[in-house]
Amino acid sequence: MGFSQRKGDEYVMGGSAEPLLEVADLTIEFPVASGRLRAVDSVSLTLDAGKTLGIVGESGSGKSVLTRSIMGLTPGRSTRKRGTVTFKGQQLTSLAPKQLRRLRGNEIAIVMQDPMTSLNPVVRIGRQITEVLRFRGGMSRADAKQRAVELLESVGISNAPQRLHRYPHEFSGGMRQRVVIAMAIACEPALLLADEPTTALDVTTQAQILQLLEDQQRERHMAMILVTHDLGVVATRTDRTAVMYAGQIVEVAPTRTLLRSMKMPYTEALLQSMPKLSDPSHTRLNTIPGAPPDLRSIPAGCRFAPRCPYAQDKCRQELPPLIAAETSDHLYRCWFPIGSGVPKRPAVSLAGEAG
Amino acid sequence: MAGTGIAHLRAADASLMRVDDLTVEFRRRGSTVHAVSGISIDVLEGETLGLVGESGCGKSTTGRAIVQLPRPSSGSVTFRGRQLTTLSNREMRKLRPSLQMIYQDPISSLNPCHTVGEIVGEPLKVWGSDKDSRQAKVDDVLRAVGLDPQTARGKYPKEFSGGQCQRICIARALILDPKLLICDEPVSALDVSVQAQILNLLEDMKARYGLTMVFIAHDLAVVKNISDRVVVMYLGKLCEVGPPDELYAAPAHPYTEALLSAIPEVDVDSPKARPKLLTGEVASSTDPPSGCRFRTRCPRAEPRCAEEEPMMRPLEADENRFVACHFPLVAAKQVSSAS
Repeated sequence: MGFSQRKGDEYVMGGSAEPLLEVADLTIEFPVASGRLRAVDSVSLTLDAGKTLGIVGESGSGKSVLTRSIMGLTPGRSTRKRGTVTFKGQQLTSLAPKQLRRLRGNEIAIVMQDPMTSLNPVVRIGRQITEVLRFRGGMSRADAKQRAVELLESVGISNAPQRLHRYPHEFSGGMRQRVVIAMAIACEPALLLADEPTTALDVTTQAQILQLLEDQQRERHMAMILVTHDLGVVATRTDRTAVMYAGQIVEVAPTRTLLRSMKMPYTEALLQSMPKLSDPSHTRLNTIPGAPPDLRSIPAGCRFAPRCPYAQDKCRQELPPLIAAETSDHLYRCWFPIGSGVPKRPAVSLAGEAG
Repeated sequence: MAGTGIAHLRAADASLMRVDDLTVEFRRRGSTVHAVSGISIDVLEGETLGLVGESGCGKSTTGRAIVQLPRPSSGSVTFRGRQLTTLSNREMRKLRPSLQMIYQDPISSLNPCHTVGEIVGEPLKVWGSDKDSRQAKVDDVLRAVGLDPQTARGKYPKEFSGGQCQRICIARALILDPKLLICDEPVSALDVSVQAQILNLLEDMKARYGLTMVFIAHDLAVVKNISDRVVVMYLGKLCEVGPPDELYAAPAHPYTEALLSAIPEVDVDSPKARPKLLTGEVASSTDPPSGCRFRTRCPRAEPRCAEEEPMMRPLEADENRFVACHFPLVAAKQVSSAS
């Protein structure tokens, strides 16, 4: 898996010549009352078979829109798209809707945040799973049922033959998410998109589901994109992590490198604003002052500059490109990265930080 | 007593609010949901008590039962020496200004058709203060929570972000000068950077207005950050009580340990061993397990756990910590008679 700023200087990891997924210079804009909202801005990334990429960002950073657009799930005809998504050598962005449909479920599957709304509440879960197998996999009714039982067992649901006759509301949140994962892996996809798969779950259930995703991924040699707002979730479970801010990727690196020697002030600020279990109670938390920019009218310069404790005049005038760090697999978007000697302005610690 | 004991309670006259043997049950389709089953907690003046546990453990129900919304099925709630459970609705209403709540979803807690000035001033209007003093107080409290009164007053909630809406909710809760603020998952719906702002703000407001807080959350790191004392709940019962630093460093209850080990850690330099995953699911609250309610998922469970309910008892090494477990991870004192 690797990451490329533009075609030509691609970084490839793991030795395979052609990545499973390549997103090049993808920009997505939605029409809104006062113009256009640029949700995703010139994002490029590549992902190799069997690897995991984490995408971290806060609400409105574009992480979910990016993930959905990989599957061709962008709302409305008025959405303006630029750039390409290439999957197994095939340009998804130029496929007809019908051809794209053939890929969904079979080759690329998605697990979303809320398992209750991704399941049909009035259809027994057995039928919801066999539907995928019969429609996508072309199985007979009996084969599909047999396979559905195997799938439910593989995601840790006991009494599978009986549970096939249950409705979604008869399952707990964690169990429902297991059903959704069973449906997603039913056709052995090569790429699994997991969009905040554990955000709605309790912490002990979250640990179970993350472990399940990891096991299934290893067993089936699936590539996975794990989208989350929680740096803790990506820390131990991804090969690489991309941090998004205001529609752009602002830093991407192998996960350990990113967490150990981050370059982008936003990544640092995000990490420091999380309360840590190892800190004593009543430790004053570092906050990020201000709010992300309005994506309808993006200011010039670095998008994080108005909130950045290291910002200089240059940051407010010129948008930094993705720059390679000492190791070429670590890219960041900053003129004065952490460690470059620019002094950090002390945060104004007033209640007056606008939320 | 069929609760989890009262060993962890402090002298009755020292506490601002005290809950004794609180039980909340709901009827649902012919069966009874045992949301909270005989718990006792107390909060000292100026203290922040953190209630932590997973969905369905009864932490929110406890918070709501304290303000008598709805009234508990049995047990008592004492606030500043008065038994809330025996008060009439009219008497209870008179006490409400000193007992305020803030909720998880700040946007749905605000009336979208009212301006921020109206929302924050409404409690004063209800309690009959005149217009001029109202305006001054609204401006004061808005400034205190970090909003500019000039611009905020005339705007509607939709013009604010989630974090700012939570500031407005906090302002509305503070305007009547409450003694006890109950925060029910106040930062769960917010992004981490905003969460940090709100947690810091709550600490500031606590100091400025002399608040006592009950802070309910599922996030252990958040609860540790803000609390002076932490109560871990599971399926309507208490598991463990203690000061956060000690409790997190060496949990005594197997459930607390499981919760702590399930948290994904960011610190890559000291990666902890892969979490000991809890197996199974939280048992049903309509038919809770006999004895210790955690025993169905507990790695240390023995036959005794099914027969006898564990009572809250102090740890041998630390008199400020208490655990309700027959086989705790840290040695606890034997209680001679558990009546």
